Amino acid sequence: MIVIRREICGYCGACVSVCPEAALELVDAYLEIDTEKCKNCRICVRVCPLGALGVSDEE
Amino acid sequence: MKSEYDILVIGGGPGGALAAKTAVESGLTACIIEKRPAIGAPVRCAEGIGEDLISEFFDEVDPKWISAKIERAKIIAPDGSSFYLDPAMAGNEVGYVLDRKFFDRDLVWQAVDAGAECYVRARAVDAIVEDGYVKGAVIEYGGERYEVRAKVVIAADGVESKFSRYCGIDTTVPLRELETCAQYLMTNIDIEPGVTVFYVGRDVAPEGYIWIFPKGERSANVGIGISGTQSKDGKRAKDYLDKYVAENFPEGKVIELIIGGVSVCEPLECTVANGLVVVGDAARLSDPITGGGIYNAMYSGKLAAEVAAECIENNDWSRDALMEYDEIWRESRMGKALQRNYQIKEIFVKLDDEQLNAILNSVNNLAMKEFSTLTLIKELMRLNPKVLKDLKGLKKYFE
Repeated sequence: MIVIRREICGYCGACVSVCPEAALELVDAYLEIDTEKCKNCRICVRVCPLGALGVSDEE
Repeated sequence: MKSEYDILVIGGGPGGALAAKTAVESGLTACIIEKRPAIGAPVRCAEGIGEDLISEFFDEVDPKWISAKIERAKIIAPDGSSFYLDPAMAGNEVGYVLDRKFFDRDLVWQAVDAGAECYVRARAVDAIVEDGYVKGAVIEYGGERYEVRAKVVIAADGVESKFSRYCGIDTTVPLRELETCAQYLMTNIDIEPGVTVFYVGRDVAPEGYIWIFPKGERSANVGIGISGTQSKDGKRAKDYLDKYVAENFPEGKVIELIIGGVSVCEPLECTVANGLVVVGDAARLSDPITGGGIYNAMYSGKLAAEVAAECIENNDWSRDALMEYDEIWRESRMGKALQRNYQIKEIFVKLDDEQLNAILNSVNNLAMKEFSTLTLIKELMRLNPKVLKDLKGLKKYFE
């Protein structure tokens, strides 16, 4: 499961533009993830320039 | 916020502002919806634009838009050798480093002054699609949801565009064609004022480049873009940037961290639908080589509103009628440059450092009367037939 470290997210939109499921969205000054849509492909984790996206320890 | 306008613009960047301004100047009603709390902030841009390009839209360039005037560009090869592109040679690579906090706000201000409405902290959360036509957007504003209808919606919502997706157009950027970028606004650094600097090479910026865009005598935007496929834990854009800054500007002070994504893919296959026009970064119109997109956003935003106004006057804003926008920009200088530069980018990202050194070192031997991407590639093909054999695929663009 993708997790967002909101205190690091810089509102840049890089993850939103590559998400093939359109599961990510910038809302106000934060990134939101639609867990119903997310297929856990982790493309967003890869492009985040700050490392604000990660994978939960549950996996 | 009214419930109906002629033109609804999603996004208050340069593309959206020019679209709204052009629309109201054509006698239409227009409204800009911007999800961020303020226009122009946070900016996600290195802020460079060619002097001739900005002059296309303004009789006079307001001094407060300009952080620095750029006279020359310096390219640094992976082996550290470098060369300068002088104004006569550098074409679009010289011009201005803008202050987009002022620039973007002034463009929206001009649109509002001309009669447009603008709402910040207003987010399009869905499209209104009826009978196969985009007929407006659902807007979240001040904790409420509003249905705002329009004859034509102009999607100017940037690289992270979602509105077109709500309308059924896939705007996803392929991973390898998203440049993931990080930039510091730095001060107390030794730079050459008036000179933009570009470092290329797999070690410094894999499938991308490092830039230094002066913003004063001792301050600059110092940034990097790398391919999405090259980004990984410990090797992210910011990691490369930190390494570069530590080695080159150890005394420098970081004022601001700016991050973002830039698409270097081909433009959308089609940039219109019934009642919808997509412009700027949302249409993937940023330059595939440089990542520059301010001019392209303004050009396409203005054109979108001109075509939409004509369509509204003819009472037909179907996809077929709006296709005029798509056809005009593709045939324009911008459209042709995008097509050619995409092909060039595809070849350049495959080159290793040795090949890049050979190419860039040979530039010192160039004696070109007129510098442009076109003449540069032609000369490089002539000087490096072996290294650049792949560039032969580009020949069609030079004939």
